[in-house]
Amino acid sequence: MTAHDISLSRRNLLKGTGALVIGLSLPQSGRAQSGAAQAFRPGGAATFAPNAFVRIAADDTVTVLVKHIEFGQGPFTGLATLVAEELDADWGQMRAEHAPADVKLYANLAFGVQGTGGSTAIANSFEQMRKAGATARAMLVQAAAEAWKVPAGEITVEKGVLKHASGKQGRFGEFAEAASKLQAPAEVKLKDPAQFKLIGKEGAVNRLDSPGKSTGKTQFTIDIRTPEMLTVVVARPPRFGGKVASFDATEAKKIKGVVDVQQIGSGVAVYGTGMWPALKGREALKVTWDESGAEKRGSRELIAEYRALARTPGTVAGKHGDAEAVLGKADKVIEAEYVFPYLAHAPMEPLDGYLEWNAQGALARFGSQFQTTEHQTIATILELPPEKVQLETMLAGGSFGRRAQVSQHLAAELAMVGKAIGPNRPVKLVWTREDDLAGGYYRPLFVHRMRGAVKDGKITAWTNSIVGQSFFLGTPFEAMTVKNGIDATMVEGANELPYEVADFRCEVHATKVGVPTLWWRSVGHTHTGYAVECFIDQLLQEAGQDPVAGRLALMGKHPRLVGVLKAVADMAKWNGPGPVDGRARGVAVVESFNSYVAQIAEVSLGAGGEPKVHKVWCAVDCGIAVNPDIIRAQMEGGIGFGLGHILYGELTLDQGRPVQANFDSYRSLRIHEMPEVEVRILPSTEKPSGVGEPGVPPIGPAVANALARLGRGRPLSLPMVGGTV
Amino acid sequence: MVHSININGTTHRVDVDDDTPLLWVLRDNIGLTGTKFGCGVAQCGACTVYMDGQPLRSCSMPVSAIGEAKITTIEALAGKEAQAVQAAWVKHDVPQCGYCQSGQVMSAIALLTEIRKPTDRDIDLAMNGNLCRCATYVRIRAAIHDAARTLEG
Repeated sequence: MTAHDISLSRRNLLKGTGALVIGLSLPQSGRAQSGAAQAFRPGGAATFAPNAFVRIAADDTVTVLVKHIEFGQGPFTGLATLVAEELDADWGQMRAEHAPADVKLYANLAFGVQGTGGSTAIANSFEQMRKAGATARAMLVQAAAEAWKVPAGEITVEKGVLKHASGKQGRFGEFAEAASKLQAPAEVKLKDPAQFKLIGKEGAVNRLDSPGKSTGKTQFTIDIRTPEMLTVVVARPPRFGGKVASFDATEAKKIKGVVDVQQIGSGVAVYGTGMWPALKGREALKVTWDESGAEKRGSRELIAEYRALARTPGTVAGKHGDAEAVLGKADKVIEAEYVFPYLAHAPMEPLDGYLEWNAQGALARFGSQFQTTEHQTIATILELPPEKVQLETMLAGGSFGRRAQVSQHLAAELAMVGKAIGPNRPVKLVWTREDDLAGGYYRPLFVHRMRGAVKDGKITAWTNSIVGQSFFLGTPFEAMTVKNGIDATMVEGANELPYEVADFRCEVHATKVGVPTLWWRSVGHTHTGYAVECFIDQLLQEAGQDPVAGRLALMGKHPRLVGVLKAVADMAKWNGPGPVDGRARGVAVVESFNSYVAQIAEVSLGAGGEPKVHKVWCAVDCGIAVNPDIIRAQMEGGIGFGLGHILYGELTLDQGRPVQANFDSYRSLRIHEMPEVEVRILPSTEKPSGVGEPGVPPIGPAVANALARLGRGRPLSLPMVGGTV
Repeated sequence: MVHSININGTTHRVDVDDDTPLLWVLRDNIGLTGTKFGCGVAQCGACTVYMDGQPLRSCSMPVSAIGEAKITTIEALAGKEAQAVQAAWVKHDVPQCGYCQSGQVMSAIALLTEIRKPTDRDIDLAMNGNLCRCATYVRIRAAIHDAARTLEG
C-alpha cells in the first residue's frame, strides 16, 4: 500500500450555505466532471458537496463525505474518527455520508479508482482523512484568531470548542463561514499519536450508523420508492452461459400489476407496479433457453477433473530447494487433498439498484462498491456522457465481496433494464434470494493437493498443487493481480509459507469453467488459509510437536505472526490441544491484507456428531487500531461468517444447475451455533491495516485442527456438515 | 381485490391480489420499508412483524389471511421493552450492515415481553429464526441480556 501524499491545498466555498468545505487539489478535468455532476440531480435538490471530504455547517455539524461504501465494516465511523481526531471535534457533532462517484476526488489510494475492497478503507485513508481534519481545524482557528484579534497559536481546540486564554470561546459553526473565505494552509501538522483522543481509545466513539439501523430507519436501495417507479425482476438462464432463445409473455402480461416485459442482455425483464406483481409475472413467463453454449458440468465432475489436474505439473507459483527430490527419497510421504466447494456471498440485502434517466442525464442509486467502473458502465449503456450520469452510493445490506464486481454485471443489468423500458420511467431492479444463490459469481471451487515429509522431528519438504478458476485472467482487471500468468489471488497465502521448510514448491492450475466466480471475504485466503494451516498442523502432529510451539519454532522471520500466536496462546491459557473432558482445541494463524490474526477454537462433537464450537480466542495485529470496538466486531463477525461456511456452506452444481435455492438449503450460521468470542488487539505503532476480511481465514483450520484431536481427522472436503460432494 | 388491514393502529385499504404477502403490502403499498425482504420463505426473519403481538414472518403471510388481526411494524414500536432493546442495540453497536436488524430487534422485544430475564437458551430459541450474515450474534446476545437488566430497573 502506498498512501500518496496529497497536499490539502485548495479551499472550496459552498456558496450560500455558510459551510466550510475542505477539498483536495484537483486537476481541471476533475473539476469539470464534478461541476457537471453537481448540476444535474434528477432525484431532487442536491444535498452533498462534491470534491470535498469535510463539511462544517452553521448548525455545528461536521459531515464527512466517505469515499468507501458502508456495508457493515465501519468506514463511516472509521473515516469520521480520523477527521474528528485532527479536528478536535466532539463525537456528537460528527456525521457521515457517502461521497459521490468521482474518481478525481475519491479514488481509493490503493487502487487508483474509486472503490472498496481488500480491507483497504482505513489503510488508504489514514493520512488523507487526518489531513482533511487538520486543515479544517487550522482554518477554523485562523478565523477565530482574526475575529478575536489574538494570535492563532494561542487558540486551543477541544471537543468542538475553540478557546482563548482571554475567556473568548466559540463553536465550529460560528466560524464556518469566515473560515471558508480563508486560504487553506499548504501544509498542516498532524498530531503525534501520543496526543490521540479518539484514535485507538476504547469507548471514545460509537458507530454513527447504529441508531438508524436499530430502528428500521436506515434507507437501503431496496427501500427506494419514487413516483411511477417500477419494480423489476429478471428471468435469467438456469445454466451459466445460457441465452434466451425465445419467450412468450402473454400470460405474464395478464397478471395484475405487470406493466411490461422486455428482453435484455441478461435475460427477460418483468416490470411490475410492485415486487409481488413482478414476481408473479416472472412465474407466468415462458422462456425457452438456448443452452448450447452453457456450462453443463456439475461439482462432482469438476472435482474429479481438478483432482486429476492436481497430479500433473502446473505453473510454479513459489519454490525453494527441491521438494520433489526430498519427497522422492522420504521414508514416508504425508498427503492431504482438500476440496473447497463453490460458495455464495448471500448478503442479507440481495443485489438491487435504482435508476432514472432521460436524454438529459441519469441518476443511479445502489450499493456501488466500484463506483468508477460502474459509473462508466451505466453511462456507456445509456449512451450518455459520463458527466451526465450521477451515481449515488447507498448503504448496503452486506457484500462480503459480492458487490465488488469485476464484470460490472449488476450495473450493466440495471442500465439495460432502464434502457429497455425507455426514459422517464424510474426502475428498481431487485434480485430475490433464489436469484442470488443461482446467480453465480461464487467463491471458486478449489482443490489443494498437499504432500510433505518429516524427518527426525523436522518438516523437510512441502508441496502444494492448487487447482481452481481465476476470476481475473482475461478481464480488464488482470493487471491488478496477474504476474507471469499467475493470478496472485489464487495462491496468496500458499505460495510463500510463514514457516521455514527447507524444500518447498507450490504449483497452480487455472481452469476454464463457465461458472462466473468472484472474490469472497478474504479472497484466496478462504482456501489457502485452510490448506496451509491444516497441513502444518498435521505435519507437526506427525513430528510429535505441539501445534503452538511447533509453529513458533518455524516462523522466526515473521515477528508479527509470532506476536499474535503467542498472544492467543496466552489468552486461551494454551496447554496443548487436548482433548479435555471431550473438548479439544485447534489453533491457526494467518496473515491477510497486511493484518495478522491467530485463533484458537475449543470444539466438541455435538448432536449427531456435528462439530460444536464453544469458544474462540482471537488475537489481531492490524497496526494502529483506529476503532478498537469495530476491530473487535469485525473479528467476531469474521469468525461467525467463516465458521458458518466451513461448517455448512456449499453451492453445489448438478449438471451445471445450482442446487441450493434459498436459506433452507444454503445453511447459514444461526445464533445458537455462534461461539463465545474473546478478542485481543495487539498494541502497535505500524501503519493501520484492514480488519474486514482477516478475521475469516483462521477459523476453519482452527476448528479442523481441533477435530483432529477428537478422532475425526481434519476434514478434507468442505463443508464439514452435510457436504454432498 | 381490496383488503382492509390494520397496520400500526390505522386501517389501510389495499387493492392487491389475495396471495400478496403482507411484506410486499407493507413495503410497496403502504410504504413501511423498515420491514425487510431477505428470503421470501420464512427462513431468515428479516421481515418479522407482530400479528396481535406475536412475531410473524410477513413474507409468508398472504394479505387475505390477516383478517381483523392487528399488525405492528418496527416503525410503530413503543413501550419500555422496545426502548430498552433499541438502546442496548446502540450501546453495544450491534449492527454491522444492519439489514437484518429490524427483524432481530422485533424478535428480541417479543422475547423480553414474554420472558423478563431470558437465559442463553431462551435467547437461542427466540432468536434462531433470525439470520445475520454479518454474524453479529455475540452482540445480539449481550444486548438482550443488557436490555433485560435495564427492564429489571
